Amino acid sequence: MSREDYEIVIGLEVHAELSTKTKIFCSCSTEFGGEPNKHTCPVCMAMPGTLPVLNEKVVEYAVKAGLATNCTISKDSKNDRKNYFYPDLPKAYQISQYDKPLCENGYVEIETENGEKKEIRIERIHIEEDAGKLNHDDFGGGSLVDLNRAGVPLIETVSKPDMRSAEEAEQYLRKLKSIFEYIEVSDCKMQEGSLRADVNVSVRKKGETEFGTRTEMKNMNSFRSIVRAINYEADRQIDLIEDGGTVTQETLRWDDVSGKTFSMRDKEDAQDYRYFPDPDLVAIKLTDEYIDNIRKELPELPEIRKQRYLEKYKLAEKDAKLITSSKYLSDLFEKAIEVCNNPKAVNNWIISDISRILNETEMEPIEIPFDANQLGKLVILIDKGTISSSIGKKVLTELFENPRDPEEIIKEKGWIQISDEGAIKEVVMKILEANQKSVEDYKAGKDKALGFLVGQAMKETKGKANPQMLNKMFKEELNK
Amino acid sequence: MDITELTVHELQEKLKNKELTVTQITKAYVDRINEKEKDVKAFVTTLTEEATNQAEQIEQKINNGEITGEFAGIPIGIKDNMCTKGVKTTCSSKMLENFVAPYNATVIEKLNDENIINLGKLNMDEFAMGGSTEHSYFKKTANPWNLNKVPGGSSGGSAAAVAANMVPWALGSDTGGSIRQPSSFCGVVGLKPTYGLVSRYGLVAFASSLDQIGPITKDVYDNAMLLNLITGHDEKDTTSSNIEKKDYTKALKNDVKGLKIGVPKEFFGEGIEPDVKAKLEEAIEKYKELGADVEECSLDVAKYSLAAYYIIACAEASSNLGRFDGIRYTYRANDFTDLRDIYKKTRSEAFGDEVKRRIILGTYVLSSGYYDAYYKKAQKVRTLVMNEFNKAFDKYDVILTPTSPTVAFDIGGKVEDPLAMYLSDICTVSVNIAGLPGISVPCGVDSNGMPVGMQLIGNKFQEETILNAAYTYEQATGFRKNNKPQFMH
Repeated sequence: MSREDYEIVIGLEVHAELSTKTKIFCSCSTEFGGEPNKHTCPVCMAMPGTLPVLNEKVVEYAVKAGLATNCTISKDSKNDRKNYFYPDLPKAYQISQYDKPLCENGYVEIETENGEKKEIRIERIHIEEDAGKLNHDDFGGGSLVDLNRAGVPLIETVSKPDMRSAEEAEQYLRKLKSIFEYIEVSDCKMQEGSLRADVNVSVRKKGETEFGTRTEMKNMNSFRSIVRAINYEADRQIDLIEDGGTVTQETLRWDDVSGKTFSMRDKEDAQDYRYFPDPDLVAIKLTDEYIDNIRKELPELPEIRKQRYLEKYKLAEKDAKLITSSKYLSDLFEKAIEVCNNPKAVNNWIISDISRILNETEMEPIEIPFDANQLGKLVILIDKGTISSSIGKKVLTELFENPRDPEEIIKEKGWIQISDEGAIKEVVMKILEANQKSVEDYKAGKDKALGFLVGQAMKETKGKANPQMLNKMFKEELNK
Repeated sequence: MDITELTVHELQEKLKNKELTVTQITKAYVDRINEKEKDVKAFVTTLTEEATNQAEQIEQKINNGEITGEFAGIPIGIKDNMCTKGVKTTCSSKMLENFVAPYNATVIEKLNDENIINLGKLNMDEFAMGGSTEHSYFKKTANPWNLNKVPGGSSGGSAAAVAANMVPWALGSDTGGSIRQPSSFCGVVGLKPTYGLVSRYGLVAFASSLDQIGPITKDVYDNAMLLNLITGHDEKDTTSSNIEKKDYTKALKNDVKGLKIGVPKEFFGEGIEPDVKAKLEEAIEKYKELGADVEECSLDVAKYSLAAYYIIACAEASSNLGRFDGIRYTYRANDFTDLRDIYKKTRSEAFGDEVKRRIILGTYVLSSGYYDAYYKKAQKVRTLVMNEFNKAFDKYDVILTPTSPTVAFDIGGKVEDPLAMYLSDICTVSVNIAGLPGISVPCGVDSNGMPVGMQLIGNKFQEETILNAAYTYEQATGFRKNNKPQFMH
């Protein structure tokens, strides 16, 4: 049998750090970075005698996430302790939710490779606290514990095993990320680890109804690695089965450099987390009114926003989808339009050059260094003819590298377009003189020659000459 | 005048009348500690020097009119499982031998606000697990009535220090009887408040759903006063109740006429010492004389409560004590090969046997496959116990039982027999299981001169009812006038 005879089954457990100002059980800041253990207090350091107090914002954000992913919100929920020993877990238990999660039975819609819509079901979303971080000392051989992240609130979104390809898994994760960004519950910065996924993969022969044995790859935080890891792991499992072996249920570590998964042997026996209700916290009781109020305040979600773009700005479906896939891109789009009032131009910049640079540099939209005002001004400069669109591309590169007012950039770089008729004429005459062959070609009916001459003139002026004026003046001179 | 003989309300009276000064009071207690500590061994940490300095400062401020509070300069002793900033909090464990908390427990903050002076941290069973204070890593506290007997536990240091006049009053904590049983053994008054009445913030957790801090005092009036000082909702403890603050001294009416008291026969059966039974019967007669409606009743909760208690308490403890792992503020084993080895050796070396026993029990009952049979079932029993009590309180205002089936036993008498030790909690644990308030008041001594304690149980947040019942009995009998610890060798 071959790979085509197998079906891949994927389920995702996605951890998103919530963007609340303070931690889930104390009032320490959730700010990323900072000196080790700067954002700590007796509570998140698990000093003896301290007690957790649930941050109400965390519940609110989780309910928001649940409503935006079509979940049922539980009105009677609670916190449970998940017990295990590790130095980054100072209480030796993580406060999480076990059998009564806040949100259950939701779904999000994705588009499969062949353009069909597909629902990926969400089993549950629950709240929990993040652990700290171990810094392994390269010199002394010891490890140092940094508890800045300990107690940062997370929501864990558990999907059903509904995905059938790495691409579907990527689509699902992108969808979830975009929803969380829209409802502003998480900044979803994957490189900082504020969005990460545990990926469960199994394979089965097509037509089977039972699931195969799954393996789990933990803490994946890039789309590219997830796609690679799923494909690698599926191949590995298929090869194993084809060779007469069986898949072992285990946790694997994906290594991005070698492109392989490795068994995590340090986890000795199967963990028994001894979950039980946390006696330090009271039950989480929500009213219909509370849930309805959050529902009413939900912002416009990507799907709706896309529809609006189609109708209001007449964008192409493909473009509208790309822009609305990220709240940051989409906000950039809308705010830049407010500045320059040219939706078509802003759309083009985003879907072509900006997207290309993001892809090349593996940058997330949220990391775009310039703001909507600067993008809008760039468009205005081109619309007014102050610069050509080819200079515009250089300005954009500059905006990515060292963002500042585009007008300042072009002044500084001397990129202002030459629109002075005398100056243009001088260039035109010089080029015509130097390219007699092309002049003859043109007169012999080869229109292409005009393009060549304009190109030469642009070269001469380092791209600064107004291309429309050049065109016009060349024609006039040639037709004399 | 022996200053240390006085109750706190008597001290207040004398301070007010300028018969005594704050420094005189503290000096008297410092002298008393210096005299008796070698026999009683109640303290893990004494703060005699700090207390002396503090007394001088407070006295000056009082004289300058900067401080006017009625508790300013009154000393106290604190069980060593309540966090005190800058002073060691050991829980009588090798694990926390050198632990200094960077913060104060909420109750400590409240006492500090009143300018109350801390004389020191009092001995206890390690992590409050035990009923004799023999499970302290540091020392075995002796019972002031007979130094060969245990003071009870786990707040044995607190009860013994109050009985021996080494502190005028003390704070203890009670998870299954740890305030009431030692109070009974030492002939003092100890109250376990309703779960949620006093903030647990800063109390090193043993079993979070059962632990409560409470006062241990010479008499009921002092008890009501100290309760006044420590109650109140605390934002740092979400299990603390948001109920109106009361003045419990106002409830002490010295009148029990018409008070309905139920006496559950199950608490007077097998295992109760004849002298204890006799003293309790005398107390019951006294209540009748005082005009209370006393009636025998049935409350079939005791035997189930004990089993449920040990499952729930151990389960919570196994999780609560996980943080003592050798990584941060605790003891750490010297030689280790890797992370697992740090955990294993640290915890093997620094926890005592009783603590290990309970961690193992608790880990077992929470394990997958056993959770339903033990932990979940115990929680159901807990609900049944609450229902039983609710039914009883439909009929009665107060439930009267012995605090312990026995008086204080010999040091070393039960320490090798954990089950026998656990059985001494039989009268007290159901009160914790149901989250109710319970008070232990002395009701005489047995034929060997050892104190017997009576437990009065009230409905939730009905501390006023049991305090008044205890007060009325105390006024009518005068235990303290007729009985004094003899420090028998």
